[in-house]
Amino acid sequence: MEKIKLVLEDNTVFRGYSFGYNSSVAGEVVFNTGMVGYPESLTDPSYRGQILVLTYPLIGNYGVPSQEKEGKLMKFFESEKIHITGLIISDYSKDYSHWNAQQSLSSWLVKNKVPGICGIDTRALTQKLREKGVMLGKVVFEKDIPFEDPNTRNLVNEVSCSNPIVYENGKTKILLIDCGVKYNIIRSILKRKCSVIRVPWNYDFSDTEYEGVIISNGPGDPKLCTKTIENVKKLIKEKTPVFGVCLGNQILALAAGADTYKLKYGHRSQNQPCIKRKTKRCYITSQNHGFAVDNATLPKEWEEWFYNANDGTNEGIIHKSGLFRSVQFHPEATPGPVDTEHLFDEFLELIRKK
Amino acid sequence: MIKPKKVLVLGSGALKIGEAGEFDYSGSQCLKALKEEGIKTVLINPNIATIQTSEGMADKIYFLPVSPYFVEKVIKKEKPDGLMLSFGGQTALNCGVDLAKLGILKKYNLKVLGTPIKTIENTEDRALFAGELRKANIKTPRSFAVTNIKEAVKASEDIGFPLIIRVAYALGGKGSGVAKSKEHFIKLANEAFSFTNQILVEEYLGGWKEIEYEVVRDKYDNCITVCNMENFDPMGIHTGESIVVAPSQTLTNSEYHKLREISIRLIRHLGIIGECNVQIALDTESEDYRVIEVNARLSRSSALASKATGYPLAFVAAKLGLGYSLSELSNSITLKTKACFEPALDYIVVKIPRWDLQKFEKVSEEIGSEMKSVGEIMAIGRKFEEAIQKGIRMLNIGKKGLAANNMNFENIEKELKQPTDKRIFAVTEAIKEGMSIEQVYNLSKIDPWFLYKIKNITEIENKLINSKLSRELVLKAKQMGFSDMQIAKLTNRTESGIRELRKKLKILPVVKQIDTLAAEFPAKTNYLYITYNGDKNDTEPFGKDTIIVLGSGAYKIGSSVEFDWCCVNAVQTCKKNKLRTIMINYNPETVSTDYDVVDKLYFDELSFERVLDIYEFENPQGIILSMGGQIPNNLAMPLLQSKVRIRGTSPESIDKAEDRNKFSRLLDDLNIDQPKWKSLTDLKEVIEFIDTVGYPVLIRPSYVLSGAAMKVVFNEKMLKHYISKASDISKKYPVVISKFIENAKEIEIDAVAKNGEILIYCINEHIENAGVHSGDATMVIPPQRLFIETIRRIKSISQQIANALKITGPFNIQFIAKDNEIKVIECNLRSSRSFPFVSKVLKTNFIEMATNAILGMDVTKSLMPTLELDYVGIKAPQFSYSRLKGADPVQSVEMASTGEVACLGENIYDAYLKSLVSTGFNLPKKNVLISVSGDKNRYKLLDSVNLLEKMGFSLYATLHTKQFYEKHGIHSVLLHKIHEKENNEKKSFLGRFFKNGFNGGKQKQPNVLNFLLEKKLDLVISIPKDDEEKKFDDNYIIRRKTIDFSIPLLTNVQITKLFVDAISNKKLDELEIRSWDEYE
Repeated sequence: MEKIKLVLEDNTVFRGYSFGYNSSVAGEVVFNTGMVGYPESLTDPSYRGQILVLTYPLIGNYGVPSQEKEGKLMKFFESEKIHITGLIISDYSKDYSHWNAQQSLSSWLVKNKVPGICGIDTRALTQKLREKGVMLGKVVFEKDIPFEDPNTRNLVNEVSCSNPIVYENGKTKILLIDCGVKYNIIRSILKRKCSVIRVPWNYDFSDTEYEGVIISNGPGDPKLCTKTIENVKKLIKEKTPVFGVCLGNQILALAAGADTYKLKYGHRSQNQPCIKRKTKRCYITSQNHGFAVDNATLPKEWEEWFYNANDGTNEGIIHKSGLFRSVQFHPEATPGPVDTEHLFDEFLELIRKK
Repeated sequence: MIKPKKVLVLGSGALKIGEAGEFDYSGSQCLKALKEEGIKTVLINPNIATIQTSEGMADKIYFLPVSPYFVEKVIKKEKPDGLMLSFGGQTALNCGVDLAKLGILKKYNLKVLGTPIKTIENTEDRALFAGELRKANIKTPRSFAVTNIKEAVKASEDIGFPLIIRVAYALGGKGSGVAKSKEHFIKLANEAFSFTNQILVEEYLGGWKEIEYEVVRDKYDNCITVCNMENFDPMGIHTGESIVVAPSQTLTNSEYHKLREISIRLIRHLGIIGECNVQIALDTESEDYRVIEVNARLSRSSALASKATGYPLAFVAAKLGLGYSLSELSNSITLKTKACFEPALDYIVVKIPRWDLQKFEKVSEEIGSEMKSVGEIMAIGRKFEEAIQKGIRMLNIGKKGLAANNMNFENIEKELKQPTDKRIFAVTEAIKEGMSIEQVYNLSKIDPWFLYKIKNITEIENKLINSKLSRELVLKAKQMGFSDMQIAKLTNRTESGIRELRKKLKILPVVKQIDTLAAEFPAKTNYLYITYNGDKNDTEPFGKDTIIVLGSGAYKIGSSVEFDWCCVNAVQTCKKNKLRTIMINYNPETVSTDYDVVDKLYFDELSFERVLDIYEFENPQGIILSMGGQIPNNLAMPLLQSKVRIRGTSPESIDKAEDRNKFSRLLDDLNIDQPKWKSLTDLKEVIEFIDTVGYPVLIRPSYVLSGAAMKVVFNEKMLKHYISKASDISKKYPVVISKFIENAKEIEIDAVAKNGEILIYCINEHIENAGVHSGDATMVIPPQRLFIETIRRIKSISQQIANALKITGPFNIQFIAKDNEIKVIECNLRSSRSFPFVSKVLKTNFIEMATNAILGMDVTKSLMPTLELDYVGIKAPQFSYSRLKGADPVQSVEMASTGEVACLGENIYDAYLKSLVSTGFNLPKKNVLISVSGDKNRYKLLDSVNLLEKMGFSLYATLHTKQFYEKHGIHSVLLHKIHEKENNEKKSFLGRFFKNGFNGGKQKQPNVLNFLLEKKLDLVISIPKDDEEKKFDDNYIIRRKTIDFSIPLLTNVQITKLFVDAISNKKLDELEIRSWDEYE
């Protein structure tokens, strides 16, 4: 294996071996502490522009599943391709074993032209990111390249669909604003006998027919989604039921008039405890976000719905009418626990009651 | 939340196979959790060697049997208002269910905290459990009990193939089998019906992945899985017999979370409050699954999960039992985050069972669906290869890891297919010999992912043998878990040579922390391991004001929870002396590996290399190695040679006591008597030596070579048989032969000295004569039947030895006494198994004194007069023969007990009966079978048998025993031995027995076998002759079946005498119910 290095913006260098595509790349370095689900994570569009560090050291164990489709969606992935810019791990399993595997992680990375480094002290790297916050970084082969901050780009525009796509599976029509949607959000709605109209992040849907709206997850700074925020403001005015997920939580908050901010190193894991306010119920959630809603700026009609049991940050907001709601975590899971999947049911119930 | 005021906690009793040290850990955590709330605690646990039964752990401690009878007595006396059942294993859980059934809980208005009784019953009863699973729409293996071939075929059609046929009460698994087709099934079923009238037809899941989830739920319905685990050995091998990794390695996100969701749904459905374990089988070709079982309590797996993740499961479970919600409790590792979360690991944990099968005669080495292992280790690494190699070394079975062993298997395919305790080595050898991964998988069903990893190890092994030792190769090897010793062996160098080279090349390990959140939040505790897969240390060295205490390693026969007690007490004493403490240990079943016990816990190897790594990194004031038993003790000389500061008795003295020649010379110099002995290298010399000393002799073969047991040999025939069978003697592996003294008493002294002066001592008398290993002996303090002169001599000999060896710290000497002649047979300059026992009976912490002496503190000499105790303490062994199918349940010079209990009483009878009942022995009500070999033994028991008759027992006896006692006017009913048949045919009874099972042939009636089968006997006294080879004979079968049918068994003359005296002096309801502090 070829020796390569990861360079951080503070000039720290981590040396390892390449097991992916051989090319230098730059991005924002973030870590995820989930122990399973690399095929799902790597295809999550929210990672656009990011070099992903997996803290679980043994990766590649069960290979990568087939590219087969179920309907219009990839069966085993969260989007059509790998979205991360680079992958940083400790121990790569070159030999994999699983009945559902079709190829190795290495060959998949190479096919998607994404570099991967193994042999890194990912724990030391994670501690650095925890202490200093997320940093820019680059994976360097022979050719050095400059650092590049992906958050200055409109990442949502890069990962959103370009034209509406309709997935039919029932009478109830759900409009899905695609800011970089994970396929399991679509699957979760379809599973509940609804049809999905997936539209681009900036799509003008005033002529479209729908009963409720879901704002998807997605990468980057929510404030760059000005068009989406505008559209959501209209939805609130029209009293259309809205459910936001992750970036959707931040967009709904911004549309409601609240503010968002960037977290020091974000939440990227499958074990975030979220407490439903005014209850003793705590849910284990899957998360992947670098920005958060500022509770203090929530307007009167709105309140915090969930909060993080570890650091107290906002994990969801809800309008007093109950019509507009959103969560910072991923009720659709993949990867991660499915404990909050019922939120889809609750949202659809809200629509059907209406 | 209304908190209870006083809570009764049930312990698990003695350590036995399947129920070991993990419950000391969980019970201790529970007591800590209750204490923190200001709740008064009452603990019942006869296991005196545990931490939980130590001063300050519970407000009241009862060394009494955990059985409904005694528990009710304590409830009546203490009037607790809460009861904790989940922390004492199956023993406590069963006792709780019985208490409920008997109406005792209701009678005393005692509330069960945590999981309710109804839920426990639903998880314990197979039929109820299956019903609950059905209600929750969760799959479980299908099973039908059928009584004829027609029903069997119908069941097989319902289930489909493959399926398994099981026969209840089969001898050696006979009648069970896997059927892959209908024809095969009918053949097997017909065979089974030829000797039984009921068979179980079950869905066969052999080879499926075996996955476990540790689930926690509070009363607000919050439910989390703290850890999942994957068995390296798939379904078919008991999880206690399997190598297990955490977290799972071959499960996808979809599988992991599907099984997690099922576990949570099930636990919510069942209504568990606290902690439980869910076992699931997962298909290897799809996401199909079956839930196998739920343990509605803390378990071995939960102890492992706690250590593997750093999540204090038992502590949290206790709090949830009080009514807390998960989100109210904080994560005690970070102190910042909440207990309501699921740990993220950034390492891999490997658990490996520790077997000790060589200790038993006649036991099968095959592993399967029943647990036989006596302990386990847990290894942590950042690669599977690293962790498994560490783990193999931790077993302390003479293997250096997975590579660099020269193991030969006669039939490797068979070894892979029918695994024994050596399976992992067979897998490695097969791969090394070039067998394809696919074929190894087909034979063993071990997931190829694990096999590929093992292959990686063998590839590095090969490189080390064949290529130049570059920096890159050394680093790679270290990252793959190779020890310096392994590399040295493969490259023809020395261990120290490799260490030097490695340091020169700047290849050093790093210290990493276990923090439950994969570095997402900073951790406050120092729970550490060492790895070569990293470049940054997570901790700073402690430096001078620090003491390292070396732990005990894996539990095995002869070394278990008692050494953990010593280690924990040593650490606590160091803390009291304002020293910072570091523990090195790798046993997940211990309290010493709780991160809140020490300032720094290194969960890592107790090897010379690793201890030195840690020592060099931490640079402490010194190391204490006299607390953890033989493993740390053996490191004394090598560490001294590396100039490590060893505190306490000097390594040179330790060596003098350990080295047979040096110790013998010392005794000669001091004019202290010892049995004659010699180390010999050929049979001729052996016979010559025996000619001078005479039979019997004790033979200790070289363990390294044969793994064979020690044995007392009474004649030349036995000698030749034994030597040809077990111990090839040679120059390299001599045998040690010593004169064995018959009918002698064995006595031990446990003592603490400082600079050679004894500060405190305790003399323990063995009930059994010499010939029973001291670990299997029943011990009594104060001595009941020793001459004052004997005691005086023992004291003075001990003082002489302490002086000569300048002992500072704990030590133990074993003596043989006969006709006032006293001989020393062994001396250990470390704490012994009986230190907790003597400390707790005398109420003086020997380890605290020893540690203070070691640290150089002023220690006042304690003039505790052992003899003037107003009560008696008796320690009794716990055997696990019922788990070890085939093992002959007779005590010998080789230790066989897996645990011990000890009770206090107003006199020897009171204490003894309580101890005996604590080991699971039911006192006889009516029918007693006596079968004694040899007139000598029969004569010795004459008074006892007489007494039994007078007490009104119905006596049954085998022919010669009956005839003997008849002559002495004692009447008994004749029971024929198993081999006696109606038509007087005798030949080859054993062959027939195994072939036909119980129903084959007609035994002459009334027959022992029928009495055993029909449970007509309350007690069996079966005493073998000392001086003959124990064979597969009728006496063996009687003993074995007695164990298999859970009937109390006595096999020792002295024990039988004590037992009969005791029951004639004390009735069950006359036994004292007093807490420890009430004995003054």
